[in-house]
Amino acid sequence: MIKLEGINKTFDDGYEALKDINLHCNSGEITVLIGPSGCGKTTTMKLINRLINQSEGKIYFDGEDISDINPVELRRSVGYVIQHVGLFPHMTIEKNIGVVPKLLKWEDDRIKTRVNELLNMVGLDPETYRQRYPSELSGGQQQRIGVIRALAAEPPIILMDEPFSALDPISREQLQDELVRLQKNIQKTIVFVTHDMDEALKIADQIVLMKDGVIVQQGTPEEILRYPANDFVEDFIGQKRLKQVQDIPTVGEVMNEKPVTISPTRGLAEAMKVMENKRVDTLIVVDNDNQLTGYITVYDVTQAFDNVDQHVKDIMHTFQHTINADMLLSNAIRMMNNLQTPYLPVVKDDGSLVGVLTRGSIVGYIGTAYPSVKEAVVN
Amino acid sequence: MRVQIQDYFTVFYDRMPDLVNGLYEHVILTVLAITLGCLIAIPLGIVLTRISVGWVRSLTFNVTNVFQTIPSLALLAMLAPLLGFGMKAAIVALFLYSLMPILKNTYAGFDAIDPDIIQSAKGMGLHSFQRLIQIEFPLAIPYIMSGLRLTTVYIVSWAVLAGLIGGGGLGEIILAALSLNNKPLVIASSIMAMILALVADFCLGKVVELFSKRSQPKTQQI
Ligand SMILES: Nc1ncnc2c1ncn2[C@@H]1O[C@H](COP(=O)(O)OP(=O)(O)OP(=O)(O)O)[C@@H](O)[C@H]1O
Ligand SMILES: [Mg+2]
Repeated sequence: MIKLEGINKTFDDGYEALKDINLHCNSGEITVLIGPSGCGKTTTMKLINRLINQSEGKIYFDGEDISDINPVELRRSVGYVIQHVGLFPHMTIEKNIGVVPKLLKWEDDRIKTRVNELLNMVGLDPETYRQRYPSELSGGQQQRIGVIRALAAEPPIILMDEPFSALDPISREQLQDELVRLQKNIQKTIVFVTHDMDEALKIADQIVLMKDGVIVQQGTPEEILRYPANDFVEDFIGQKRLKQVQDIPTVGEVMNEKPVTISPTRGLAEAMKVMENKRVDTLIVVDNDNQLTGYITVYDVTQAFDNVDQHVKDIMHTFQHTINADMLLSNAIRMMNNLQTPYLPVVKDDGSLVGVLTRGSIVGYIGTAYPSVKEAVVN
Repeated sequence: MRVQIQDYFTVFYDRMPDLVNGLYEHVILTVLAITLGCLIAIPLGIVLTRISVGWVRSLTFNVTNVFQTIPSLALLAMLAPLLGFGMKAAIVALFLYSLMPILKNTYAGFDAIDPDIIQSAKGMGLHSFQRLIQIEFPLAIPYIMSGLRLTTVYIVSWAVLAGLIGGGGLGEIILAALSLNNKPLVIASSIMAMILALVADFCLGKVVELFSKRSQPKTQQI
């Protein structure tokens, strides 16, 4: 976890670029810094990397004050994609990507394997590109190299300063998807700077909105969209996106939070009993840790009922689709329609069950009024 | 004695040992002066890019500029009483001449490096010496080499004047031939100096090409 505490930065010329910044970037999450040009995003990144030093305040990595860490060591453990890529023009792509691994004294073979792996990851054929020089790549390809160069030595923390800014919208979205997918596996602590609200909404776990060196609002994309702290935030998000979101409830508000569940080790007679009692034709199967494992229907139970040795887990089906509580109801309804399914289980990122969205719960919701309280989440 | 046209050709053959010796000394003069120049001016240029105090920089440039502007004959005449006559004085004079162009190009080479590249190197955890060796120096090399090429050509022609203070080289042959009014020998040794300059220019040109081919920094365009 990265923690910034009471950070002030005044440059030599007296310009106050950051004022009392307090910021937590959770481990394994993408924190997006967004704000108009000159608001201090790059300055914040440079502070985290100790390229510059703060005038006041402290920065911690997992509780350790970074001013106690040797800056060169620190930088080797922090991947940094600078705002303008900054590839070394006199080195081949392979050498560029291998700079930090080489500094860390990796074996040549290991570096080579890693380079190939990274190039493949961003869809650049290693055979074609490994030996090229940066000037022989398009701007977008250079940005990809910039990103994988920061990943090369598998640093736990990665700073990315507008890494996709030179890309056309399509490759940009591709790389965003790629990043989100990748992050699921690598679980790094990423700080990502952008100007683009759509980009922020797409990839962020946390969004930090900055203006003139202060943090205006910090929260999940959902919180920012729903409860913009002030006019500045609203303007930044744009009326169109706000309208789209604010009138539509999320799955979490609509779902049935107490679905009827059963453990995979139970017998079939017991399953039948539960169905009768609760008057349902389907049971959701969760294990002791509340992890979603599948479902059984009354039809399955009656089919296998005579076999005393059978348990729920033997006749269970697994779900092909699950949804998240943050999903907008409109999207969920569209999904149910497309899949022709009467219900969808709602799970957390870790796979545990939080509820179920059924046609019944949607109809029930429509009768009630939308919540009118507007709570501001201000930092 | 009447000079016949064929004398201009036979002189190369007749005086071959002298000419080769002169050429050899000439090369030595040039190479030593340039090497000394590099040893002083390149590190000095690098140091200057690191110094934030403006007046130190302009002072250094001004001083080296002064050497450049003193007429070569005058400089040689000034040095002779100090260092005596001979090759040593000649090398020192030529070395002083080489300082300015090498220094200027070294400085320009380092100065032209995109600050983003330095920033990125720093951000990746290269400490300042690694940055200098792995990043900055290779990027400045094309500039330094083209400065070296220019300087070498100058020095080859100025080295002719070294003959005036007994510095050896082709210049000495030219002077001797002039006083004897041996026109074929004057022409022959001048041609040798010319060819030396051309060959040096050509070879160093190739080296410059080699270095700058790889590092056209198109990255900056993003
Ligand atoms: N070395 C410096 N000396 C003085 N002022 C500086 C320095 N570096 C940055 N600033 C100022 O600090 C402010 C914040 O700069 P910063 O680079 O952090 O902006 P940013 O949010 O990254 O903007 P952009 O989106 O344009 O990249 C700017 O007003 C900038 O002019
Ligand atoms: Mg910036």
